Amino acid sequence: MSFLPKPKLHHPKLPVNALGYTRRDYEGAISTLCAGCGHDSISAAIIQACFELDIEPHRVAKMSGIGCSSKTPDYFLGASHGFNSVHGRMPSVLTGANLANRDLIYLGVSGDGDSASIGFGQFAHSIRRAVNMTYIVENNGVYGLTKGQFSATSDKGSKAKKGVVNTDEAIDLIGIALQLGATYVGRSFSGDKDQLVPLIKGALRHNGPAFIDCISPCVAFNNHEGSTKSYDFVREHNEAMNFLDVILGREAITTEYAPGEVRDVVQHDGSVLRLRKLHDEYDPTDRVGAMHHLHERKAAGEIVTGLLYIDPDPQDLHENLATVATPLNRLDDAALVPGRKALEKLNASLR
Amino acid sequence: MKPTDISNPDYFHKVVDCQWACPAHTPVPEYIRMIATGRYSDAYMVNWHSNVFPGVLGRTCDRPCEPACRRGRVEEEPVAICRLKRVAADNKEDIRARLTPIPEIRNGKRIACVGAGPASLTVARDLAPLGYEVHVFDGAAKGGGFIRSQIPRFRLPESVIDEEVGYITDRGGVVTHYGQQIDSLKALLAEGYDAVFVGSGAPRGRDLDVPGRKEAAANIHIGIDWLSSVSFGHIESIGRRVIVLGGGNTAMDCCRSARRLGGETVTVVVRSGFEEMKASPWEKEDAMHEGIPILNWLVPKQVLHQDGKLTGMVFEKVKAERDARGRRQLVPSGEPDVVIEADDVLVAIGQENSFPWIERDIGLEFDRWGLPALNEATFQSSIPKVFFGGDAAFGPKNIIWAVAHGHEAAVSIDLFCRGEDVTRRPPPDVVMSSQKMGIHEWSYDSGVSLDLRFKVPHAEHEVALRDIRTEVELGYDRELAFKEAQRCLNCDVQTVFTTSLCIECDACVDICPVDCITFTPDAEEAELRDRLRVPALNLTQDLYVQDGLKTGRVMVKDEDVCLHCGMCAERCPTGAWDMQKFFLETAKPKAERVHACQAQ
Repeated sequence: MSFLPKPKLHHPKLPVNALGYTRRDYEGAISTLCAGCGHDSISAAIIQACFELDIEPHRVAKMSGIGCSSKTPDYFLGASHGFNSVHGRMPSVLTGANLANRDLIYLGVSGDGDSASIGFGQFAHSIRRAVNMTYIVENNGVYGLTKGQFSATSDKGSKAKKGVVNTDEAIDLIGIALQLGATYVGRSFSGDKDQLVPLIKGALRHNGPAFIDCISPCVAFNNHEGSTKSYDFVREHNEAMNFLDVILGREAITTEYAPGEVRDVVQHDGSVLRLRKLHDEYDPTDRVGAMHHLHERKAAGEIVTGLLYIDPDPQDLHENLATVATPLNRLDDAALVPGRKALEKLNASLR
Repeated sequence: MKPTDISNPDYFHKVVDCQWACPAHTPVPEYIRMIATGRYSDAYMVNWHSNVFPGVLGRTCDRPCEPACRRGRVEEEPVAICRLKRVAADNKEDIRARLTPIPEIRNGKRIACVGAGPASLTVARDLAPLGYEVHVFDGAAKGGGFIRSQIPRFRLPESVIDEEVGYITDRGGVVTHYGQQIDSLKALLAEGYDAVFVGSGAPRGRDLDVPGRKEAAANIHIGIDWLSSVSFGHIESIGRRVIVLGGGNTAMDCCRSARRLGGETVTVVVRSGFEEMKASPWEKEDAMHEGIPILNWLVPKQVLHQDGKLTGMVFEKVKAERDARGRRQLVPSGEPDVVIEADDVLVAIGQENSFPWIERDIGLEFDRWGLPALNEATFQSSIPKVFFGGDAAFGPKNIIWAVAHGHEAAVSIDLFCRGEDVTRRPPPDVVMSSQKMGIHEWSYDSGVSLDLRFKVPHAEHEVALRDIRTEVELGYDRELAFKEAQRCLNCDVQTVFTTSLCIECDACVDICPVDCITFTPDAEEAELRDRLRVPALNLTQDLYVQDGLKTGRVMVKDEDVCLHCGMCAERCPTGAWDMQKFFLETAKPKAERVHACQAQ
């Protein structure tokens, strides 16, 4: 952490986006996490993604629970809405907010403790309910705030800082998310922004439950030999499936690709996800195939990253429930409180 | 791209833009920090060692450091370095005990300095502490050269000159021969000095050559001669309407002096455009602030006179055009001539060197511009024991250049007198020291001030214009000085990168407020510059490149707008970044002990 605020001065030639903002305008307070924390890199990637997508900061609601990861929403998008909930309860708060105002962009930030332990059920149900959100788990495989115990995502056989070996099986959040119906699933690494930033951009433009598992080394307690979530280990075992470019309608496509090398996936909102394939056989729109591939590569000791699954035409909670299209705060009293007769009619229909 | 060799002192020296730009390489951030903490005497001494005349320069320097200041690139205006220097001089305690001691025992060598201006006095100051006996000759009654004769008192009180010249001439080791103009180098050489330093300046003002010049001679004055007559009190008034010809700092001094000696309508007339004028922007500003208009694109055509008395001047209107060979030329614009009525004209259109006192048959070679043929690094002439410096060396410049020349010439003279090779220049003294005091504590104030440049308080117009001896600038008070000092970015506290410690976590990249750090695959410099987080378009600023990272990438830091805030080092989990203070002092002759021993 730092005691001084980050100087307001920025590079005089820093680019501005369509809204006239620089990237610096998307920053929040200065981080109080440990120096070198992967989470800070993820915050920087979120800042970059929002800047590049020309997102109006006040159209974003950032939600989190408890933990190192859940502190980070304070460190980006200082002009956005935010809610720091009880431990593991971010998904239900986010679901509620989304039901009340579907027009905002929902960004849930959580950690491996918050989502794979105390909030595991919350995580699971928000995914299966198909809440339209970007759910990022900053996964360091360790309880950093309580000095380095194994978390539920620590790999079996990996070692703690003092040499203790983990005997428990790890929860693979990607596998769970795929199984429970997330329609945009990716994994990345805090130390690879070239991959992470477009992945977050694609997720923010996705109209359904988008889940990103981001491995984020804990420099204080999980960046040693024997860790499977250290900078060195992840770099050595990282197997990227594809590179992603998110292309918005107004941008001209200038890069040339060899035929068969790229695959364009058009999302519901018109944004194009351009995938540069690294593995010919991998089809990111095949959910069963993705799950199979994931297990296979995991057994081979690889950490598979990239956009692993995408349903270009998903259905979200609001569609499933046929809710009103207008956010609740823009409905008038008559619509919000329809009166005794409407209630009686509703009750009667349920008898 | 080739990794940066930070063991070469030039690399980090260049990052300290102000120090690099200063001809005398004054460690600017070092003394600014001292001012911020109220250590005025210490700040004065840092200056005194480098530039010899902090009080004088703090009021009159040409400030090459300020246009170079990094603050001007990240914000609007540079730090007011020059005026902070004055704060050190104004607020210091008695520092006489801290001046380099002059040994009782001389080393037996005698040096003659021609002229008592800043170059000669610098030579004297550097050599006297080594046991040399330095004889300074000057036609004037007091030392200081053009510092005393040409800079008007409203910019520089005489007491400041007396004090700082006195630190050199009144402590032994230096014998002054004031009122004694050297009129023969041959004769001087015959007196058996071990070396001679010529710091006689560029004492001749260029004259005007237009019809009417001779007839109206009584009311036409050469700028530098007129200024020195004013300085010495020989002239106390001027006509009501004055024309000043020329666009340099001398012209600015002339017009502002004229304004104080009875000139009610003073007009500056310049051949070229306003932007191209040689005068420093702040001097032009000060002049205009005193109600003096500056007229541009006017070339003198004729002097008007009646009965031997000047009545005005005629100017031809011109414009700039490129000729077939791309050279810029002033051509008549075709507009009607401009007539300006006047009682007196001051001619400040340049200075020239003149060496009528150097015989042309003693082996001293001159180049085709009439300047001595010198080795540019050693200042040695074609007569090995004769050295030049200041305006006498390479033509008119300014005080700080004269001081820089003096230092180098002193090194040469010392080497020469010891029988060593003058071309083998001693290296500068360089010290690098980590500023880390704790996990997030640095021994420098790393917070970056957002304040804009503070204005130096000036005396009221009515007061300032009444008496030529009233100093116009009042200088910063201590409070303002503190605030202005805080604007300094501490560019001498360097970001030093150790590749072997880096785990490539991106923390420095993410936190850097000005996006100067990028980790990227290696490439040639041009490609790298283009590929950075913000392209490095300022080619005058270096890239700091280090290879050997685990991923095979290189760390590239664009030095251009680095705030030296230390955030990268604070965020680095492994200490791969460190903030280290770079202190460089140019080589000065310092073989005092060896000499003293030999003398004994």
